[in-house]
Amino acid sequence: MQSENGNHKKEKILAAVEAAIERYGARREELIPILSDINRVLGYLPPEALDEVSKRLKEPHSQVMSVASFYQMLSTKPRGKHVVQFCESAPCHVVGGREVWEALQEHLQLGAGETSPDGQWTLITVSCLGLCSVGPVIVVDEDVYGNVTPERVPEILARYH
Amino acid sequence: MKIIRSMVLVSGDPLSLERGAEQVFQALQNAIQAFGLSDEVSVMMIGDVGRHDALPMVIVYPEAVVYGPVRPDDVRYLVEEHLYKGRIANELLAPVRELSGRVAWVAARKGTLPAEQRIVLRRVGLINPDDIEEYILHDGYTALGKVLTEMTPNEVIEEIKKSGLRGRGGAGFPTGAKWSFVAREKSEKKYIICNADESEPGTFKDRIILEGDPHSIIEAMIIAGYAVGADEGYIYVRGEYLLAQERLRRAIEQAREMGFLGKNIFGTNFSFDIHIHTGAGAYICGEETALIESIEGKRGQPRSRPPFPTTYGLWGKPTVVNNVETLANVPPIILNGADWYRRFGTPSSPGTKVYTILGNVNVTGVIEVPMGITLREVINIYAKGMKGGAAFKLAQTGGSSGSLIPASLQDTPMDFDSYAKAGVALGSGALLICDENTCVVDLVRVLMNFFRRESCGKCNPCRIGTQRAYEIMSAISEGRGKMEDLDQLLWLSENMYLLSNCGLGQTAGTPIKDMLKHFRAEVEAHITLHVCPTGVCKIKAFA
Repeated sequence: MQSENGNHKKEKILAAVEAAIERYGARREELIPILSDINRVLGYLPPEALDEVSKRLKEPHSQVMSVASFYQMLSTKPRGKHVVQFCESAPCHVVGGREVWEALQEHLQLGAGETSPDGQWTLITVSCLGLCSVGPVIVVDEDVYGNVTPERVPEILARYH
Repeated sequence: MKIIRSMVLVSGDPLSLERGAEQVFQALQNAIQAFGLSDEVSVMMIGDVGRHDALPMVIVYPEAVVYGPVRPDDVRYLVEEHLYKGRIANELLAPVRELSGRVAWVAARKGTLPAEQRIVLRRVGLINPDDIEEYILHDGYTALGKVLTEMTPNEVIEEIKKSGLRGRGGAGFPTGAKWSFVAREKSEKKYIICNADESEPGTFKDRIILEGDPHSIIEAMIIAGYAVGADEGYIYVRGEYLLAQERLRRAIEQAREMGFLGKNIFGTNFSFDIHIHTGAGAYICGEETALIESIEGKRGQPRSRPPFPTTYGLWGKPTVVNNVETLANVPPIILNGADWYRRFGTPSSPGTKVYTILGNVNVTGVIEVPMGITLREVINIYAKGMKGGAAFKLAQTGGSSGSLIPASLQDTPMDFDSYAKAGVALGSGALLICDENTCVVDLVRVLMNFFRRESCGKCNPCRIGTQRAYEIMSAISEGRGKMEDLDQLLWLSENMYLLSNCGLGQTAGTPIKDMLKHFRAEVEAHITLHVCPTGVCKIKAFA
């Protein structure tokens, strides 16, 4: 059972790598789009995926890793089923962001960058998302919420149960 | 092409969506069908319409009537009155706001209310950005035609030089000069890059342009390519801007189909094509050499300059890197001439500037106004005053690295040179307006947190300096600060400025210097009295 699951997981990873390389070509300059696609499909960049990309692009593993760890939208750690992004930049902060951040932490019982033990939630802080006229802004998965107040936090999160 | 009598646009920015734009859109489709108008009226969702005071908005063309805020329940009445009976539904009209009109009001501003002056945003919210034919109907690709059939590359550069256009990404470098540097390089390969990695906190003007008028950027890049002798362009769009990416992809496809991109454009022997490269979340990639590194598939770490990208850019070739807003100015300058452009703004900073207004004011959003208006005018006229009647305390211009503008500088004209003379920077056009309830220590702490997080880590002064500055600001904010810390902060900001490799580290200390120059008493209160005068900072108890 264990190894069957393991195989299944490995196949899924290799398929994601294959699809991304197929789409962009096995070229160094396409490394960021390739990693972005894999990250989108798998939710993060598992070590097996980075190994495979390194092999296929004939780039040292350290080079692939250095790119994978540099960009905010790429994650080398598994993330929860739902990812909550909180904008911590100044424009959101001065219009009530700080209170929203406290409400998020309290409601999810998570700190910045943490994932809940049941794998449901990951809470991360991000820099400006360019939606500043409706701050404070949070993004849950791909849904954007503007003018968020601490009172609205439970109601927004409840939509994802 | 189906003959459409009316076109109905629904605002689809995040706030509109949250307020039921989707339901309004559905209701519109249903009502139009119910009245049997499906063949003559088209309905579409567009992105941000550029004003945020009555969302969701419904705009009906060709009359350009703006309704808002529209609720799903209003829709049947709106369709019946306006589209079926042909009468304007007055009850649903959005509040009147002055818009454009080609007035050079800087010359005639005495005692008059300034209107917006839309040059780069002139089509945003007025056309369907997914339809190249609408762009063409609104003068689109006319400037390109003029350039390719009537002008030499040198004449194009001279016209841009004469217009006085300066880079709108923040630094204000003369665009014509930049183009001429690349034009005179002898190289078989050159590139045009559009910097659409807008990530300066508080800035989203480029997003509005890309979502609302993507073809204007494509047209400008082709013109730039012709002027400097480049045949390939890249648009580097930040990864978070999904809608902008989608719109650009479609626009590029359409431009290729129409023959504006590709081989032998307009039957001439000039060829040009554009690729899109999406970022993956890194503020530093807005720095031009970091952006180039990122296109090459590497970490976004800035190169040392010189050599500048104009001689050694993408893959070592001469490269023009221009901001989105800068490029959006190019087609109108070509079409109307440099003299026309110089009628707007000030002599040393001609043209308009797109600002994003944010913070503790009544109306936030985007405006495009001539260079040279003042902060007081922005707050009182466009932002309709401070929220809840609170007093103005400070504004930060140009995002995290921008200057903190105290009340005493509210009447300084906002253009590159007047601001430089006052010792502050205009930056990218974000205007974060803060009221008396904002604690300057708390604000600067948040800004330093941003820099320590976004520092790329390549050079020590920035990597360590931003981290130390954040730690000290946190200590002061918690009541653990010492007076010596203030000297340390100044020392850090001075050395980050002198020693950092790129603009990020060089400007990271700007807010610190401004804080100590204009708000020193407030900072000292945190240290000597263990009190945050605004009550924002959580001062920890002392034994």
